[in-house]
Amino acid sequence: MRDLFLKTLMTEAAANKNAMLLTGDLGFGVLDPFIKAYPDRYLNVGVAEQNMIGLATGLAHEGRRVVAYSIGNFPTLRPLEQIRNDVLYHNADVKIVCVGGGFSYGALGMSHHATEDLSILRALPNLTMLTPATDQETIACTEYMMRHAGPCYLRLERSSAPIPAGGDDAPVEIGKVRTIREGQNITFIGAGGVLGAAIGAADLLEKGGLSTRVLSVHSLKPLDKDTIIRAAKDTEVLITVEENTVIGGLGGAIAEICMEAGVRVKFHRAGIPDTYTATVGDQNYLKDLYGLNAEALAQTAQKLLNRA
Amino acid sequence: MTAEAAKSLAHTIRVRALEMTSSGGGSHIGSIMGMADIIGVLYGSVMRLDPKNPTWPDRDRFILSKGHAGAAIYVALAERGFFDKKILDAYYTNGSIMSGHVSHKGVAGVELSTGSLGHGLPVAAGRAYALKQDGGKQRVFCVLSDGECDEGSNWEAFLFAGHHKLSNLVAIIDYNKIQSLQSTEDTLGLEPFADKFLSFKWDVVEVDGHDHAAIIKATDIVPTVDGKPRVVIAHTTKGKGVSFMENSVLWHYRTAKGEEFDAARAELGDA
Repeated sequence: MRDLFLKTLMTEAAANKNAMLLTGDLGFGVLDPFIKAYPDRYLNVGVAEQNMIGLATGLAHEGRRVVAYSIGNFPTLRPLEQIRNDVLYHNADVKIVCVGGGFSYGALGMSHHATEDLSILRALPNLTMLTPATDQETIACTEYMMRHAGPCYLRLERSSAPIPAGGDDAPVEIGKVRTIREGQNITFIGAGGVLGAAIGAADLLEKGGLSTRVLSVHSLKPLDKDTIIRAAKDTEVLITVEENTVIGGLGGAIAEICMEAGVRVKFHRAGIPDTYTATVGDQNYLKDLYGLNAEALAQTAQKLLNRA
Repeated sequence: MTAEAAKSLAHTIRVRALEMTSSGGGSHIGSIMGMADIIGVLYGSVMRLDPKNPTWPDRDRFILSKGHAGAAIYVALAERGFFDKKILDAYYTNGSIMSGHVSHKGVAGVELSTGSLGHGLPVAAGRAYALKQDGGKQRVFCVLSDGECDEGSNWEAFLFAGHHKLSNLVAIIDYNKIQSLQSTEDTLGLEPFADKFLSFKWDVVEVDGHDHAAIIKATDIVPTVDGKPRVVIAHTTKGKGVSFMENSVLWHYRTAKGEEFDAARAELGDA
Protein backbone atom coordinates (compact mmCIF):
# COMPACT_ATOMS: atom_id res chain seq x y z
CA MET A 1 0.00 0.00 0.00
CA ARG A 2 2.74 2.43 1.00
CA ASP A 3 4.83 1.69 -2.08
CA LEU A 4 1.80 1.87 -4.33
CA PHE A 5 1.02 5.28 -2.87
CA LEU A 6 4.50 6.50 -3.66
CA LYS A 7 4.43 5.08 -7.17
CA THR A 8 1.14 6.82 -7.86
CA LEU A 9 2.40 10.03 -6.29
CA MET A 10 5.40 9.95 -8.64
CA THR A 11 3.13 9.69 -11.66
CA GLU A 12 0.93 12.50 -10.42
CA ALA A 13 3.94 14.68 -9.63
CA ALA A 14 5.15 14.22 -13.19
CA ALA A 15 1.87 15.65 -14.40
CA ASN A 16 1.68 18.52 -11.91
CA LYS A 17 4.78 20.62 -11.36
CA ASN A 18 3.18 22.24 -8.32
CA ALA A 19 3.01 18.96 -6.44
CA MET A 20 5.38 18.99 -3.49
CA LEU A 21 6.27 16.50 -0.78
CA LEU A 22 7.09 17.39 2.83
CA THR A 23 8.16 14.84 5.38
CA GLY A 24 8.62 15.16 9.10
CA ASP A 25 11.92 13.30 8.92
CA LEU A 26 10.31 9.93 8.24
CA GLY A 27 10.07 7.58 5.29
CA PHE A 28 13.58 6.13 5.25
CA GLY A 29 14.17 4.51 1.87
CA VAL A 30 10.53 4.81 0.88
CA LEU A 31 10.73 8.36 -0.42
CA ASP A 32 14.02 7.95 -2.30
CA PRO A 33 12.50 7.73 -5.80
CA PHE A 34 10.65 11.00 -5.27
CA ILE A 35 13.71 12.71 -3.81
CA LYS A 36 15.82 11.64 -6.79
CA ALA A 37 13.23 12.63 -9.38
CA TYR A 38 12.10 15.90 -7.82
CA PRO A 39 14.76 17.25 -5.45
CA ASP A 40 13.34 20.78 -5.67
CA ARG A 41 9.89 19.61 -4.74
CA TYR A 42 10.92 17.62 -1.71
CA LEU A 43 11.53 19.02 1.71
CA ASN A 44 12.46 17.24 4.92
CA VAL A 45 11.26 19.78 7.47
CA GLY A 46 12.75 17.92 10.39
CA VAL A 47 11.03 16.52 13.43
CA ALA A 48 8.65 19.45 13.65
CA GLU A 49 5.11 18.56 12.71
CA GLN A 50 3.42 21.75 13.83
CA ASN A 51 5.77 23.72 11.62
CA MET A 52 5.28 21.18 8.82
CA ILE A 53 1.55 21.81 8.66
CA GLY A 54 2.00 25.58 8.94
CA LEU A 55 4.64 25.49 6.20
CA ALA A 56 2.35 23.34 4.07
CA THR A 57 -0.37 25.97 4.40
CA GLY A 58 1.99 28.76 3.42
CA LEU A 59 3.32 26.78 0.45
CA ALA A 60 -0.24 25.99 -0.62
CA HIS A 61 -1.10 29.66 -0.43
CA GLU A 62 1.65 30.25 -2.98
CA GLY A 63 0.25 27.71 -5.40
CA ARG A 64 1.76 24.43 -4.31
CA ARG A 65 -0.19 21.20 -3.89
CA VAL A 66 1.49 19.96 -0.75
CA VAL A 67 1.69 16.43 0.60
CA ALA A 68 2.64 16.39 4.30
CA TYR A 69 3.89 12.92 5.11
CA SER A 70 4.62 11.19 8.37
CA ILE A 71 3.65 8.14 10.38
CA GLY A 72 1.12 7.31 13.07
CA ASN A 73 -0.26 10.29 14.95
CA PHE A 74 2.62 12.60 14.06
CA PRO A 75 0.98 14.35 11.07
CA THR A 76 -2.48 14.44 12.68
CA LEU A 77 -2.85 14.66 16.43
CA ARG A 78 0.45 16.42 17.07
CA PRO A 79 -0.39 19.39 14.81
CA LEU A 80 -4.16 19.09 15.17
CA GLU A 81 -4.75 22.79 15.67
CA GLN A 82 -2.57 23.67 12.68
CA ILE A 83 -4.75 21.33 10.64
CA ARG A 84 -7.91 22.96 11.96
CA ASN A 85 -6.97 26.65 11.94
CA ASP A 86 -4.41 26.84 9.14
CA VAL A 87 -5.25 24.14 6.61
CA LEU A 88 -8.98 23.65 7.02
CA TYR A 89 -10.26 27.12 7.87
CA HIS A 90 -8.34 28.40 4.83
CA ASN A 91 -9.25 25.43 2.66
CA ALA A 92 -5.57 25.16 1.80
CA ASP A 93 -4.41 22.64 -0.78
CA VAL A 94 -2.70 20.38 1.74
CA LYS A 95 -2.78 16.59 1.72
CA ILE A 96 -1.99 15.00 5.04
CA VAL A 97 -0.71 11.48 4.59
CA CYS A 98 -0.39 9.11 7.52
CA VAL A 99 1.47 5.91 6.92
CA GLY A 100 0.73 3.49 9.69
CA GLY A 101 -2.98 3.70 10.39
CA GLY A 102 -4.29 1.60 13.26
CA PHE A 103 -1.81 -0.92 14.65
CA SER A 104 0.54 -0.85 11.63
CA TYR A 105 3.38 -0.08 14.04
CA GLY A 106 1.86 -2.28 16.72
CA ALA A 107 4.90 -3.51 18.60
CA LEU A 108 6.42 -0.03 18.78
CA GLY A 109 3.88 0.75 21.46
CA MET A 110 0.99 3.01 22.26
CA SER A 111 2.65 6.20 20.98
CA HIS A 112 2.63 4.67 17.49
CA HIS A 113 -0.94 3.37 17.50
CA ALA A 114 -3.00 5.63 15.21
CA THR A 115 -6.27 4.52 16.69
CA GLU A 116 -8.31 7.69 17.20
CA ASP A 117 -7.46 9.70 14.08
CA LEU A 118 -10.60 8.72 12.19
CA SER A 119 -12.83 9.90 15.02
CA ILE A 120 -11.01 13.11 15.75
CA LEU A 121 -10.44 14.24 12.17
CA ARG A 122 -13.97 13.32 11.14
CA ALA A 123 -15.25 16.14 13.34
CA LEU A 124 -13.31 18.76 11.37
CA PRO A 125 -15.09 20.62 8.54
CA ASN A 126 -13.58 20.92 5.04
CA LEU A 127 -11.55 17.70 5.24
CA THR A 128 -11.89 14.91 2.71
CA MET A 129 -10.93 11.65 4.42
CA LEU A 130 -9.67 8.71 2.39
CA THR A 131 -9.19 5.28 3.95
CA PRO A 132 -8.28 2.80 1.22
CA ALA A 133 -8.27 -0.93 1.93
CA THR A 134 -7.05 -2.41 -1.34
CA ASP A 135 -4.45 -1.74 -4.02
CA GLN A 136 -6.96 -0.29 -6.46
CA GLU A 137 -8.40 1.93 -3.75
CA THR A 138 -4.93 3.13 -2.79
CA ILE A 139 -4.19 4.12 -6.37
CA ALA A 140 -7.59 5.76 -6.87
CA CYS A 141 -7.46 7.67 -3.59
CA THR A 142 -3.95 8.95 -4.29
CA GLU A 143 -4.92 9.99 -7.81
CA TYR A 144 -8.03 11.74 -6.58
CA MET A 145 -6.13 13.54 -3.87
CA MET A 146 -3.47 14.78 -6.26
CA ARG A 147 -5.97 15.87 -8.91
CA HIS A 148 -8.31 17.86 -6.71
CA ALA A 149 -7.64 21.09 -4.85
CA GLY A 150 -8.36 21.29 -1.15
CA PRO A 151 -7.56 19.61 2.15
CA CYS A 152 -7.38 15.86 2.29
CA TYR A 153 -6.39 13.16 4.74
CA LEU A 154 -5.08 9.86 3.42
CA ARG A 155 -4.69 7.03 5.91
CA LEU A 156 -2.37 4.30 4.71
CA GLU A 157 -1.02 1.11 6.12
CA ARG A 158 2.01 -0.82 5.02
CA SER A 159 -0.04 -3.52 3.28
CA SER A 160 -3.40 -3.63 1.59
CA ALA A 161 -6.13 -6.03 2.69
CA PRO A 162 -5.66 -9.50 1.20
CA ILE A 163 -8.41 -9.88 -1.33
CA PRO A 164 -9.40 -12.81 -3.57
CA ALA A 165 -8.66 -12.62 -7.30
CA GLY A 166 -11.12 -10.36 -9.05
CA GLY A 167 -12.28 -8.88 -5.74
CA ASP A 168 -10.57 -5.57 -6.36
CA ASP A 169 -11.83 -5.01 -9.90
CA ALA A 170 -14.87 -2.82 -9.23
CA PRO A 171 -14.34 0.85 -10.08
CA VAL A 172 -13.40 3.13 -7.19
CA GLU A 173 -15.46 6.28 -7.00
CA ILE A 174 -14.52 8.79 -4.31
CA GLY A 175 -17.55 9.69 -2.22
CA LYS A 176 -19.15 6.31 -2.86
CA VAL A 177 -19.05 3.19 -0.78
CA ARG A 178 -17.62 0.32 -2.81
CA THR A 179 -19.29 -3.03 -2.88
CA ILE A 180 -16.63 -5.72 -2.64
CA ARG A 181 -19.18 -8.51 -2.64
CA GLU A 182 -22.96 -8.76 -2.59
CA GLY A 183 -24.96 -10.53 0.11
CA GLN A 184 -28.45 -10.60 1.57
CA ASN A 185 -28.21 -11.68 5.25
CA ILE A 186 -25.32 -9.79 6.76
CA THR A 187 -23.32 -6.68 5.87
CA PHE A 188 -19.79 -5.84 6.93
CA ILE A 189 -18.71 -2.26 6.37
CA GLY A 190 -14.96 -1.76 6.69
CA ALA A 191 -12.43 1.02 6.30
CA GLY A 192 -8.76 0.37 5.64
CA GLY A 193 -6.76 -2.83 5.61
CA VAL A 194 -8.86 -4.41 8.34
CA LEU A 195 -11.45 -4.93 5.61
CA GLY A 196 -9.48 -8.12 4.94
CA ALA A 197 -10.86 -9.55 8.20
CA ALA A 198 -14.39 -8.76 7.05
CA ILE A 199 -13.79 -10.54 3.75
CA GLY A 200 -12.47 -13.56 5.66
CA ALA A 201 -15.51 -13.49 7.92
CA ALA A 202 -17.79 -13.33 4.89
CA ASP A 203 -16.09 -16.46 3.50
CA LEU A 204 -16.72 -18.32 6.75
CA LEU A 205 -20.35 -17.21 6.93
CA GLU A 206 -20.98 -18.10 3.29
CA LYS A 207 -19.76 -21.61 4.05
CA GLY A 208 -22.47 -21.76 6.69
CA GLY A 209 -25.02 -20.64 4.15
CA LEU A 210 -25.22 -16.99 5.15
CA SER A 211 -25.06 -14.56 2.29
CA THR A 212 -22.72 -11.74 3.36
CA ARG A 213 -22.23 -8.33 1.81
CA VAL A 214 -18.89 -6.54 2.19
CA LEU A 215 -18.65 -2.80 1.67
CA SER A 216 -15.45 -0.76 1.63
CA VAL A 217 -15.54 2.81 2.88
CA HIS A 218 -12.47 4.18 1.14
CA SER A 219 -14.06 7.60 1.41
CA LEU A 220 -15.00 8.16 5.05
CA LYS A 221 -15.78 11.78 4.36
CA PRO A 222 -17.80 12.48 2.32
CA LEU A 223 -19.69 9.31 3.14
CA ASP A 224 -22.15 7.63 0.77
CA LYS A 225 -25.37 7.46 2.78
CA ASP A 226 -27.46 5.74 0.11
CA THR A 227 -25.38 2.57 -0.10
CA ILE A 228 -25.29 2.30 3.68
CA ILE A 229 -29.02 2.81 4.15
CA ARG A 230 -29.70 0.27 1.40
CA ALA A 231 -27.49 -2.29 3.17
CA ALA A 232 -29.24 -1.58 6.48
CA LYS A 233 -32.57 -2.21 4.79
CA ASP A 234 -31.48 -5.20 2.68
CA THR A 235 -29.69 -7.21 5.36
CA GLU A 236 -30.58 -8.15 8.90
CA VAL A 237 -27.19 -7.44 10.47
CA LEU A 238 -24.80 -4.52 10.01
CA ILE A 239 -21.28 -4.67 11.42
CA THR A 240 -18.73 -1.92 11.05
CA VAL A 241 -15.06 -2.88 11.09
CA GLU A 242 -12.28 -0.40 11.75
CA GLU A 243 -8.80 -0.32 13.25
CA ASN A 244 -9.82 2.71 15.27
CA THR A 245 -11.67 3.40 18.47
CA VAL A 246 -15.33 2.44 18.26
CA ILE A 247 -16.19 5.94 19.44
CA GLY A 248 -16.98 8.37 16.67
CA GLY A 249 -15.12 6.82 13.75
CA LEU A 250 -16.55 4.63 11.00
CA GLY A 251 -18.97 2.87 13.35
CA GLY A 252 -20.16 6.16 14.76
CA ALA A 253 -20.66 7.59 11.31
CA ILE A 254 -22.71 4.61 10.14
CA ALA A 255 -24.79 4.63 13.33
CA GLU A 256 -25.57 8.30 12.81
CA ILE A 257 -26.73 7.64 9.26
CA CYS A 258 -28.93 4.68 10.19
CA MET A 259 -30.51 6.39 13.18
CA GLU A 260 -31.29 9.54 11.25
CA ALA A 261 -32.74 7.51 8.39
CA GLY A 262 -34.92 5.63 10.86
CA VAL A 263 -33.62 2.25 9.73
CA ARG A 264 -33.73 -0.53 12.31
CA VAL A 265 -30.98 -3.08 11.93
CA LYS A 266 -29.01 -5.36 14.26
CA PHE A 267 -25.84 -3.37 14.64
CA HIS A 268 -22.34 -3.81 16.04
CA ARG A 269 -19.22 -1.68 15.94
CA ALA A 270 -16.12 -3.85 15.71
CA GLY A 271 -13.03 -1.87 16.55
CA ILE A 272 -10.86 -0.86 19.44
CA PRO A 273 -12.65 -0.41 22.76
CA ASP A 274 -12.33 2.79 24.76
CA THR A 275 -8.83 2.05 26.00
CA TYR A 276 -5.14 2.44 25.22
CA THR A 277 -3.25 -0.68 24.32
CA ALA A 278 -0.32 -1.43 26.59
CA THR A 279 0.00 -5.04 25.46
CA VAL A 280 2.94 -5.51 23.11
CA GLY A 281 2.24 -7.13 19.77
CA ASP A 282 2.41 -6.80 16.02
CA GLN A 283 -0.54 -5.63 13.94
CA ASN A 284 -2.17 -9.04 13.61
CA TYR A 285 -1.65 -9.87 17.28
CA LEU A 286 -3.31 -6.66 18.40
CA LYS A 287 -6.14 -7.04 15.90
CA ASP A 288 -6.76 -10.52 17.33
CA LEU A 289 -6.77 -9.05 20.81
CA TYR A 290 -9.83 -6.98 19.90
CA GLY A 291 -11.56 -9.54 17.74
CA LEU A 292 -10.65 -7.89 14.48
CA ASN A 293 -10.17 -11.16 12.61
CA ALA A 294 -12.30 -13.36 10.39
CA GLU A 295 -13.30 -15.89 13.04
CA ALA A 296 -14.31 -13.37 15.70
CA LEU A 297 -16.23 -11.21 13.22
CA ALA A 298 -18.08 -14.25 11.86
CA GLN A 299 -19.03 -15.26 15.39
CA THR A 300 -20.24 -11.77 16.20
CA ALA A 301 -22.36 -11.78 13.05
CA GLN A 302 -23.82 -15.16 13.90
CA LYS A 303 -24.71 -14.07 17.44
CA LEU A 304 -26.37 -10.89 16.24
CA LEU A 305 -28.34 -12.78 13.65
CA ASN A 306 -29.61 -15.23 16.23
CA ARG A 307 -30.55 -12.47 18.67
CA ALA A 308 -34.27 -11.96 19.01
CA MET B 1 5.47 56.91 1.27
CA THR B 2 7.33 58.24 4.24
CA ALA B 3 7.56 58.16 8.00
CA GLU B 4 4.90 60.87 8.01
CA ALA B 5 2.44 58.57 6.26
CA ALA B 6 3.30 55.80 8.70
CA LYS B 7 2.80 58.12 11.66
CA SER B 8 -0.55 59.30 10.33
CA LEU B 9 -1.78 55.75 9.74
CA ALA B 10 -0.61 54.66 13.20
CA HIS B 11 -2.61 57.48 14.75
CA THR B 12 -5.72 56.52 12.80
CA ILE B 13 -5.28 52.89 13.88
CA ARG B 14 -5.19 53.94 17.54
CA VAL B 15 -8.24 56.19 17.26
CA ARG B 16 -10.40 53.87 15.19
CA ALA B 17 -9.43 50.73 17.14
CA LEU B 18 -10.28 52.55 20.38
CA GLU B 19 -13.69 53.42 18.93
CA MET B 20 -14.25 49.94 17.53
CA THR B 21 -13.32 48.07 20.68
CA SER B 22 -15.35 50.53 22.75
CA SER B 23 -18.54 50.30 20.71
CA GLY B 24 -18.20 46.62 19.83
CA GLY B 25 -17.01 45.61 23.27
CA GLY B 26 -13.80 43.93 22.14
CA SER B 27 -10.63 43.73 24.16
CA HIS B 28 -6.86 43.78 23.56
CA ILE B 29 -6.74 47.54 23.05
CA GLY B 30 -3.41 47.65 24.89
CA SER B 31 -1.90 45.23 22.36
CA ILE B 32 -3.29 47.25 19.49
CA MET B 33 -1.98 50.57 20.80
CA GLY B 34 1.46 49.12 21.38
CA MET B 35 1.67 47.64 17.89
CA ALA B 36 0.08 50.55 16.01
CA ASP B 37 3.34 52.15 14.91
CA ILE B 38 4.67 48.90 13.46
CA ILE B 39 1.47 48.37 11.49
CA GLY B 40 1.44 52.03 10.48
CA VAL B 41 4.93 51.63 9.03
CA LEU B 42 4.20 48.39 7.19
CA TYR B 43 0.86 49.39 5.69
CA GLY B 44 1.61 53.11 5.41
CA SER B 45 5.13 52.99 4.08
CA VAL B 46 7.01 49.75 3.55
CA MET B 47 4.80 47.11 1.97
CA ARG B 48 4.06 46.93 -1.74
CA LEU B 49 0.32 46.45 -2.00
CA ASP B 50 -2.49 47.05 -4.44
CA PRO B 51 -5.74 47.71 -2.58
CA LYS B 52 -7.69 47.34 -5.81
CA ASN B 53 -6.18 43.90 -6.33
CA PRO B 54 -5.74 42.29 -2.90
CA THR B 55 -4.29 39.09 -4.37
CA TRP B 56 -1.86 40.87 -6.71
CA PRO B 57 0.88 38.25 -7.13
CA ASP B 58 3.72 40.74 -6.68
CA ARG B 59 2.45 42.14 -3.39
CA ASP B 60 4.33 41.77 -0.15
CA ARG B 61 2.66 39.30 2.20
CA PHE B 62 1.64 40.20 5.72
CA ILE B 63 0.69 37.81 8.47
CA LEU B 64 -0.42 38.93 11.91
CA SER B 65 0.43 36.07 14.22
CA LYS B 66 -0.81 37.92 17.31
CA GLY B 67 -4.33 37.74 15.94
CA HIS B 68 -5.87 39.31 19.04
CA ALA B 69 -4.71 42.70 17.79
CA GLY B 70 -6.61 42.18 14.54
CA ALA B 71 -8.54 45.43 14.80
CA ALA B 72 -5.32 47.23 13.88
CA ILE B 73 -5.13 45.30 10.61
CA TYR B 74 -8.76 45.91 9.79
CA VAL B 75 -8.22 49.66 10.21
CA ALA B 76 -5.00 49.64 8.16
CA LEU B 77 -6.67 47.74 5.32
CA ALA B 78 -9.73 50.00 5.34
CA GLU B 79 -7.55 53.10 5.39
CA ARG B 80 -5.55 51.80 2.45
CA GLY B 81 -8.78 51.23 0.54
CA PHE B 82 -9.06 47.45 0.58
CA PHE B 83 -12.66 47.79 1.71
CA ASP B 84 -15.19 50.40 2.79
CA LYS B 85 -14.29 52.05 6.11
CA LYS B 86 -17.92 51.74 7.20
CA ILE B 87 -17.44 47.97 7.52
CA LEU B 88 -15.26 48.69 10.57
CA ASP B 89 -18.35 49.81 12.46
CA ALA B 90 -19.48 46.18 12.53
CA TYR B 91 -16.39 45.10 14.50
CA TYR B 92 -17.25 42.51 17.16
CA THR B 93 -20.97 42.67 16.41
CA ASN B 94 -23.30 39.74 15.89
CA GLY B 95 -23.61 38.55 12.32
CA SER B 96 -20.65 40.58 11.04
CA ILE B 97 -17.38 39.51 9.40
CA MET B 98 -15.18 41.59 11.75
CA SER B 99 -14.17 39.10 14.44
CA GLY B 100 -12.09 40.05 17.45
CA HIS B 101 -9.20 37.93 16.19
CA VAL B 102 -8.20 38.67 12.63
CA SER B 103 -10.07 36.66 9.99
CA HIS B 104 -9.71 36.47 6.22
CA LYS B 105 -13.29 35.36 5.64
CA GLY B 106 -14.89 38.11 3.62
CA VAL B 107 -12.18 40.63 4.54
CA ALA B 108 -10.09 41.67 1.54
CA GLY B 109 -6.37 41.88 2.22
CA VAL B 110 -6.14 39.55 5.22
CA GLU B 111 -3.71 36.80 4.26
CA LEU B 112 -4.22 34.51 7.25
CA SER B 113 -6.77 34.13 10.01
CA THR B 114 -5.09 33.77 13.37
CA GLY B 115 -5.97 33.95 17.02
CA SER B 116 -4.33 30.90 18.49
CA LEU B 117 -0.71 31.89 19.08
CA GLY B 118 2.25 30.30 17.35
CA HIS B 119 0.54 29.78 14.00
CA GLY B 120 1.66 32.75 11.92
CA LEU B 121 5.39 32.25 11.53
CA PRO B 122 5.27 28.68 10.18
CA VAL B 123 2.80 29.78 7.50
CA ALA B 124 4.88 32.86 6.75
CA ALA B 125 7.95 30.65 6.39
CA GLY B 126 6.10 28.40 3.94
CA ARG B 127 5.15 31.41 1.85
CA ALA B 128 8.68 32.78 1.98
CA TYR B 129 10.14 29.43 0.95
CA ALA B 130 7.85 29.19 -2.08
CA LEU B 131 8.36 32.81 -3.14
CA LYS B 132 12.12 32.53 -2.85
CA GLN B 133 12.13 29.27 -4.78
CA ASP B 134 10.13 30.98 -7.54
CA GLY B 135 12.66 33.81 -7.66
CA GLY B 136 10.12 36.47 -6.70
CA LYS B 137 10.87 39.86 -5.19
CA GLN B 138 8.00 39.69 -2.73
CA ARG B 139 8.70 39.84 0.96
CA VAL B 140 6.84 38.20 3.80
CA PHE B 141 6.27 40.15 7.01
CA CYS B 142 5.05 38.48 10.16
CA VAL B 143 4.28 40.29 13.40
CA LEU B 144 4.49 38.24 16.58
CA SER B 145 3.89 39.11 20.19
CA ASP B 146 6.58 38.55 22.78
CA GLY B 147 4.34 36.28 24.83
CA GLU B 148 3.75 34.01 21.89
CA CYS B 149 7.46 33.28 21.76
CA ASP B 150 6.60 30.80 24.53
CA GLU B 151 5.04 28.64 21.78
CA GLY B 152 7.29 25.85 20.55
CA SER B 153 5.88 26.01 17.04
CA ASN B 154 7.53 29.42 16.61
CA TRP B 155 10.92 27.99 17.44
CA GLU B 156 10.38 25.19 14.94
CA ALA B 157 9.79 27.90 12.36
CA PHE B 158 12.72 30.06 13.51
CA LEU B 159 14.96 27.01 13.14
CA PHE B 160 13.55 26.23 9.70
CA ALA B 161 13.80 29.77 8.32
CA GLY B 162 17.37 30.22 9.54
CA HIS B 163 18.45 26.88 8.11
CA HIS B 164 16.85 27.60 4.75
CA LYS B 165 18.17 31.18 4.60
CA LEU B 166 14.77 32.72 3.97
CA SER B 167 16.13 36.18 3.28
CA ASN B 168 12.73 37.42 2.12
CA LEU B 169 11.19 36.83 5.54
CA VAL B 170 10.93 39.42 8.29
CA ALA B 171 9.62 38.58 11.75
CA ILE B 172 8.79 41.63 13.82
CA ILE B 173 8.37 40.99 17.51
CA ASP B 174 6.21 43.41 19.42
CA TYR B 175 8.32 43.32 22.56
CA ASN B 176 6.22 45.18 25.10
CA LYS B 177 7.42 42.85 27.85
CA ILE B 178 3.94 42.14 29.17
CA GLN B 179 1.98 39.02 28.41
CA SER B 180 -1.45 37.80 29.35
CA LEU B 181 -1.10 37.60 33.12
CA GLN B 182 2.20 39.25 33.97
CA SER B 183 5.55 40.37 32.60
CA THR B 184 7.38 38.18 30.13
CA GLU B 185 10.38 38.01 32.42
CA ASP B 186 8.25 36.73 35.30
CA THR B 187 6.51 34.21 33.06
CA LEU B 188 9.17 32.64 30.88
CA GLY B 189 12.15 34.94 30.57
CA LEU B 190 13.03 35.65 26.95
CA GLU B 191 16.40 37.27 27.59
CA PRO B 192 18.96 37.09 26.17
CA PHE B 193 16.46 37.47 23.35
CA ALA B 194 18.60 38.70 20.45
CA ASP B 195 21.18 36.00 21.11
CA LYS B 196 18.57 33.33 20.59
CA PHE B 197 17.89 34.53 17.06
CA LEU B 198 21.58 34.92 16.29
CA SER B 199 22.13 31.32 17.29
CA PHE B 200 19.19 30.33 15.07
CA LYS B 201 21.03 31.95 12.14
CA TRP B 202 18.82 35.03 11.86
CA ASP B 203 19.87 38.60 11.26
CA VAL B 204 18.78 40.63 14.30
CA VAL B 205 17.92 44.31 14.58
CA GLU B 206 16.60 46.01 17.70
CA VAL B 207 14.56 49.19 17.31
CA ASP B 208 12.35 51.55 19.23
CA GLY B 209 8.99 50.19 18.14
CA HIS B 210 7.46 53.67 18.13
CA ASP B 211 10.14 55.31 15.98
CA HIS B 212 8.68 55.20 12.49
CA ALA B 213 11.88 56.06 10.68
CA ALA B 214 13.76 53.36 12.60
CA ILE B 215 11.15 50.71 11.83
CA ILE B 216 11.19 51.65 8.16
CA LYS B 217 14.97 51.34 8.11
CA ALA B 218 14.83 47.95 9.81
CA THR B 219 12.20 46.45 7.55
CA ASP B 220 12.60 48.04 4.14
CA ILE B 221 16.04 46.67 3.37
CA VAL B 222 14.74 43.15 3.09
CA PRO B 223 15.76 40.90 1.40
CA THR B 224 18.89 41.17 3.41
CA VAL B 225 22.22 41.07 1.66
CA ASP B 226 23.66 38.33 3.84
CA GLY B 227 20.98 35.81 2.95
CA LYS B 228 19.40 35.44 6.35
CA PRO B 229 15.88 35.99 7.55
CA ARG B 230 15.58 39.12 9.64
CA VAL B 231 14.03 39.52 13.04
CA VAL B 232 13.20 43.00 14.23
CA ILE B 233 12.91 43.13 17.99
CA ALA B 234 10.69 46.17 18.38
CA HIS B 235 10.78 47.54 21.90
CA THR B 236 7.30 48.85 22.50
CA THR B 237 5.10 50.13 25.26
CA LYS B 238 1.88 48.23 25.64
CA GLY B 239 -1.03 50.68 25.46
CA LYS B 240 1.20 53.38 23.91
CA GLY B 241 -0.53 56.73 23.49
CA VAL B 242 -2.96 56.53 26.41
CA SER B 243 -1.24 57.12 29.74
CA PHE B 244 -3.50 54.95 31.88
CA MET B 245 -3.29 52.03 29.45
CA GLU B 246 0.49 52.07 29.19
CA ASN B 247 2.38 49.11 30.65
CA SER B 248 -0.78 47.72 32.14
CA VAL B 249 -1.83 44.07 32.13
CA LEU B 250 -5.40 45.19 32.80
CA TRP B 251 -5.69 46.80 29.38
CA HIS B 252 -4.98 43.54 27.67
CA TYR B 253 -8.58 42.74 28.55
CA ARG B 254 -10.42 45.92 29.47
CA THR B 255 -12.68 47.83 27.14
CA ALA B 256 -12.71 51.61 27.37
CA LYS B 257 -16.23 52.82 28.02
CA GLY B 258 -17.79 56.15 29.03
CA GLU B 259 -15.35 58.44 30.81
CA GLU B 260 -12.46 56.08 30.16
CA PHE B 261 -13.17 56.22 26.46
CA ASP B 262 -13.44 60.01 26.51
CA ALA B 263 -10.17 60.32 28.40
CA ALA B 264 -8.37 57.93 26.06
CA ARG B 265 -9.74 59.64 22.99
CA ALA B 266 -8.69 63.04 24.31
CA GLU B 267 -5.15 61.83 24.99
CA LEU B 268 -4.78 60.51 21.47
CA GLY B 269 -5.70 63.95 20.12
CA ASP B 270 -5.73 64.77 16.46
CA ALA B 271 -3.31 63.46 13.88
